[in-house]
Amino acid sequence: MGTAQRNRVLIGKPGLDGHDRGAKFIAQALRDAGFEVVYTGIRRSPEEIAAAAVQEDVAAVGLSSLSGAHMRLFPAVVEALKKAGAPDIPVLGGGVIPEEDIVALKEAGIVEIFTPGTPIDTIISAYRAACEKQPPG
Amino acid sequence: MGRAISLVENGAESAEIILASLDEDLISQATILGITGPPGAGKSTLTNGIISQLRQSRKRIGIVAVDPSSPISGGAILGDRIRMMQHATDQDVVMRSMATRGRLGGLCATAGAAVRIMASCGCSTIIIETVGVGQSEMDIISLADITLLVLAPGLGDDIQAMKAGLLEVADILVVNKADCRGADTLAMDLEAVTRKGSAEPTQVCMTVATEGKGIAELLERIDTLDSAHRDSGERQKRRRGAHDQEVLDWCLEILRPTLKSEITKRKLPLLGDPRRKAKEILQEQ
Repeated sequence: MGTAQRNRVLIGKPGLDGHDRGAKFIAQALRDAGFEVVYTGIRRSPEEIAAAAVQEDVAAVGLSSLSGAHMRLFPAVVEALKKAGAPDIPVLGGGVIPEEDIVALKEAGIVEIFTPGTPIDTIISAYRAACEKQPPG
Repeated sequence: MGRAISLVENGAESAEIILASLDEDLISQATILGITGPPGAGKSTLTNGIISQLRQSRKRIGIVAVDPSSPISGGAILGDRIRMMQHATDQDVVMRSMATRGRLGGLCATAGAAVRIMASCGCSTIIIETVGVGQSEMDIISLADITLLVLAPGLGDDIQAMKAGLLEVADILVVNKADCRGADTLAMDLEAVTRKGSAEPTQVCMTVATEGKGIAELLERIDTLDSAHRDSGERQKRRRGAHDQEVLDWCLEILRPTLKSEITKRKLPLLGDPRRKAKEILQEQ
């Protein structure tokens, strides 16, 4: 114990699209990199994801969206986390996201955005970095 | 509450203050329900059904869901929430996923602490859910006042369940997916096995967790058994056993780092009996 405290992350899919291959792939890759991944499955509301993140005390939240609704859903999760009293939990996102949306999403508080071409090592490093920024505990 | 459990799980110093300030009365009143069984039997779905039923009487409920850590990477997929997301925004359903973090991770100790934190926060029922394989998982189940073993037809031969010695720890056997072929046969087989040589045979319940069928009856049986155990002193006996196990777990957890560095420091020769060396180190401590 002791060294493992900052490796708890949540991976979830907000919204109505059911294409969970990407989310599951990321969850497995993070598991293989030594993370404890709370996987909440498909079709979740931003509020459900935020509530789960608080109860599970995760160090970061990862979202996946392939439906094109990321502009609404990703910032909604950031908002829901604020409302749930956890504005310090960083949110990362991935999916089929056009270049011009990435800037806007980062402005809305999402710390990283990954697209289908992003190498998995980059994603793992980003999660590690996001987790390490968290205060201990 | 989530943060408090993390602090304990990670062995932080401040955890001691939290654990010392818990409400002992609430802890001794709460019912701790253990749910175990093979993967795919429907434990999480059944847990979800039990939550729905208990929430009708507005009780606050805690869930500690344990999934295995990878022995290679140390990582884990904690997926028990998927079946229980309908309660995600319910403030009175408190859930915590835990990874086993290896067999020697002191899981029994941290799970026990999580249960007490939840009880102290007003959860009148706390469910510990775990896959019924491996020693550490069985140790956690020893924390429970009442243990359910969930089985389902089609998960291989009914003899498999008996081999593992799982039947002995269960107070109630649940045949889930009772609408599937083979459920009646499984229930009959289980009844036959548990009746053998026992004055009080383990009860068998049938449920269809996805439809919520049989759950009210199951909870009734749990209640009856729990009251009987409270009256007979069985519950107190189990709490005592679990308590002593947790203390032992913490002792080992606290000693481990010191002993480990002591062993490394000594650069012991490869030859010779490890058991004798261990005794020597312990005598000097």
